[in-house]
Amino acid sequence: MPDLLSVKNLKIEATSYPPGEPPKVVTLVEGVSFDLEKGKVLGLIGESGAGKSTIGLSALAYGRGGCRIIGGEVLLNGKNILTLGRSGINAVRGAQVCYVAQSAAAAFNPAHKLGDQVIEASLRHGIMSREEASERALYLFRVLGLPNPENFGDRYPHQVSGGQLQRAMTAMALCSKPDLIVFDEPTTALDVTTQIDVLAAIKHAIEETDTAALYITHDLAVVAQISDDIMVLRHGKTVEYGTTKQVIEAPREEYTRALVSVRQAKRDEAPDQTGSLLKIEHVHAGYANGFKVLHDVSMHLPKGQTLAIVGESGSGKSTLARVITGLLPPSEGRITFEGKELPKALKGRSNDELRRIQMIYQMADTAMNPRQTVRDIVGRPLSFYFGMHGARKTERVKELLDQIEMGTPFLDRYPAELSGGQKQRVAIARALAAQPEIILCDEPTSALDPLVAEGILNLLLKLQEETAVSYVFITHDIAIVRAIADSVAVMHRGRLVRFGPKSKVLAPPFDDYTDLLLKSVPEMEIGWLEKVLQTRRMESAGN
Amino acid sequence: MMESGPITGPVATDATAGETALRSSDLAGIPAKPNPAAEERGGTIWQRFAFRRPLAALILQRLGLSVGLLFAVSLMIFGGIEALPGDFATTYLGQSATPQAVENIRQDLGLDRPWSERYLSWLGGAVQGDFGTSWASRNSVSEQIGNRLGNSLFLAFFAALVSVPLAVGLGMLAVQFRNRLPDKIINVISLAAISLPEFFIGYLLIMYFAVEWGVATFPATVYNGMGFTDRLSAIALPVATLVLVVLAHMMRMTRAAILNVMSSAYVETAELKGLGTFRIIARHAAPNAVAPVINVIALNLAYLVVGVVVVEVVFVYPGMGQYMVDAVTVRDMPVVQACGLIFAAFYIFLNMAADILAILANPRLRHPR
Repeated sequence: MPDLLSVKNLKIEATSYPPGEPPKVVTLVEGVSFDLEKGKVLGLIGESGAGKSTIGLSALAYGRGGCRIIGGEVLLNGKNILTLGRSGINAVRGAQVCYVAQSAAAAFNPAHKLGDQVIEASLRHGIMSREEASERALYLFRVLGLPNPENFGDRYPHQVSGGQLQRAMTAMALCSKPDLIVFDEPTTALDVTTQIDVLAAIKHAIEETDTAALYITHDLAVVAQISDDIMVLRHGKTVEYGTTKQVIEAPREEYTRALVSVRQAKRDEAPDQTGSLLKIEHVHAGYANGFKVLHDVSMHLPKGQTLAIVGESGSGKSTLARVITGLLPPSEGRITFEGKELPKALKGRSNDELRRIQMIYQMADTAMNPRQTVRDIVGRPLSFYFGMHGARKTERVKELLDQIEMGTPFLDRYPAELSGGQKQRVAIARALAAQPEIILCDEPTSALDPLVAEGILNLLLKLQEETAVSYVFITHDIAIVRAIADSVAVMHRGRLVRFGPKSKVLAPPFDDYTDLLLKSVPEMEIGWLEKVLQTRRMESAGN
Repeated sequence: MMESGPITGPVATDATAGETALRSSDLAGIPAKPNPAAEERGGTIWQRFAFRRPLAALILQRLGLSVGLLFAVSLMIFGGIEALPGDFATTYLGQSATPQAVENIRQDLGLDRPWSERYLSWLGGAVQGDFGTSWASRNSVSEQIGNRLGNSLFLAFFAALVSVPLAVGLGMLAVQFRNRLPDKIINVISLAAISLPEFFIGYLLIMYFAVEWGVATFPATVYNGMGFTDRLSAIALPVATLVLVVLAHMMRMTRAAILNVMSSAYVETAELKGLGTFRIIARHAAPNAVAPVINVIALNLAYLVVGVVVVEVVFVYPGMGQYMVDAVTVRDMPVVQACGLIFAAFYIFLNMAADILAILANPRLRHPR
């Protein structure tokens, strides 16, 4: 049987325009080949910049943002789609090959109803009549487990949740009965508890309709649940290509082994957690429009230890960080630092109180002035808090850069000249420059690739040993919590669900929410998804 | 936006949410407070209305703001005229004015009353559509304005009728052929038109179309009892001038707004559905580019009514602009005030209409969750 999709020796280039330099041509993908049979799923996995989305889009003969496919063949049903003209390729897109984007919230047109968008491609390609398409959309909404499938199509994108949108996007791709669907990180932007439902829905729908799929992700544990084969990519080249079982259980390459074993590190928690450097007592907080986010939250953090606050989006964990920094004064409750109550609002705090609590953010790019060099960025707190200048300041900046394992060559670089991980390191150096006692880390690794993220976590742990700084670490990732926390606070919808030493919080008996949260984290194990769904079904049957 | 929406995902989560909430409040020993958002909804009548009908509330708010703004403007117009040096009496009598004669005229016109009293009586009349009598011609201002305003609106209407569809169409065309020849030609010509002063365009058109080739009428004077087709041919040149002046602005905004939307993820989705370029622009890009385009159109429509003084003077067209300029030179205050207020009203009304249309164009406001 001939393969549905056969990619041979693909080469993709783009022109980049670095500021102040002549444009240069970069090779994004080189020498990538794979085959996909009907009804099978191939997982493409790698870090950002590995070229996985670029390869996925080549199945639609599409180059995003100036990418050019300059070599190789993409054979769909034996026909090379790269040589088709504009109208020829339009007949393939949306009819034979469909695409599911990472952010469904951005990929749906806000001006039109979901139903119209779902059936649009089927109608425009003349695949089915409006009645047939609507009926199929209804069927798909049911298969994908969307609420009120009869009325779902009448709603606008802003009226449904992120997880529902992602499922609607899958329905849109399946509607025209394509041979192949390209899933581009369809669950990355979702919370873990939502991810598992979407993942199950996608898997079920693929099996139900016997469609082939390219599944792109950076999460090996996710791809292990859904794909038959896996291709590991790095810097636009194939690292390893084999069956899912082989890649997960017996990886041949060093890089794949690193991906499989990432975040298996665990740190023992501090035995004594009674002290409290920072104490949060019965805090309530909300925004000016009357929307209350935090309800009666209390926790504490001993000196030199790490408190992990874990929860999904909307759980109030970032709001809590804003309350601690004083950006958002709490409406009730108090925050004490070394036994002394901190003024509620930022304005009431002294420079020294501000110095002792620093912050690092999820998006290091947006947290740094793009027109300042690393020297200025790290040096600013030094002159602001300690009045340093001249040679002494430069000396101290160099010391800090050594501490974050970057060193003097980076002194005069601009943020745009740094990689994502390096930017986050500079942000850490800037926080350290103030010699704080607490650093609030708001998802500092969630925008980074797994291996880079692990480097940042190790750096944070090393700095804690050297300087005895305490961390409040906000994250949605249980694996990180296991790796670095001493105490853990689980938050859900603005309330504290569980708080205590790591060993107690992450061990049974669980409350229902923590149980759900822990069980939803994908594990690097084939068949994990089925197992979880099975237990869920049994539980709901038992109830 | 990378964040996913609020969690309403798995049913399991919803089911456990209530329990966990209870549990945490049990732990704290303090009963959970009722949702403050719900409490607030019980607030004033307006708050409850704004919550249930956000669209109607926003529109009512805009209407109210516009009326308030109009009153503020009337005060500023009156105050500005008060602050002008010299008054009608001295201008009217000229150099040979005796203090007695000036005093007589002032008393005659009621200028000796305090300004607040004059403002209130003027405002009271204006609200009922009575703008008093002109000091210079002793005619009713409302009557005069009725004629002139009709002429101005006639000119503006035809200029808008030609320029708005032309600008939007050319803008979409420029997007479809972006960075190719048609786009560049449209850009260069519209840029040239906007860069030339309007009186210069006017004189150029007069020189070629009326003088050299004799195909158009000049001056563009219209009078009562003139036939409709005669009127149309009379205003052809001023309309052409106005179209050239306002076209570029609207066209470039349409182009920029649509191009901005064209780089969004949902347009990529449309491309990957295999849709044609025109359908992508018209169905997927244009509806989301409406708000900024409407704003520019409203500004230009306002200009067509309010800012046409120069064009009216060049073409000797009896519209509002010329009427106001004449009145300013002789300090005929009732006329100046009336013209100023009507111009301001048009400006405010058109901007309000643009605001309301932009609100209506936003699906998030039209279809609340």
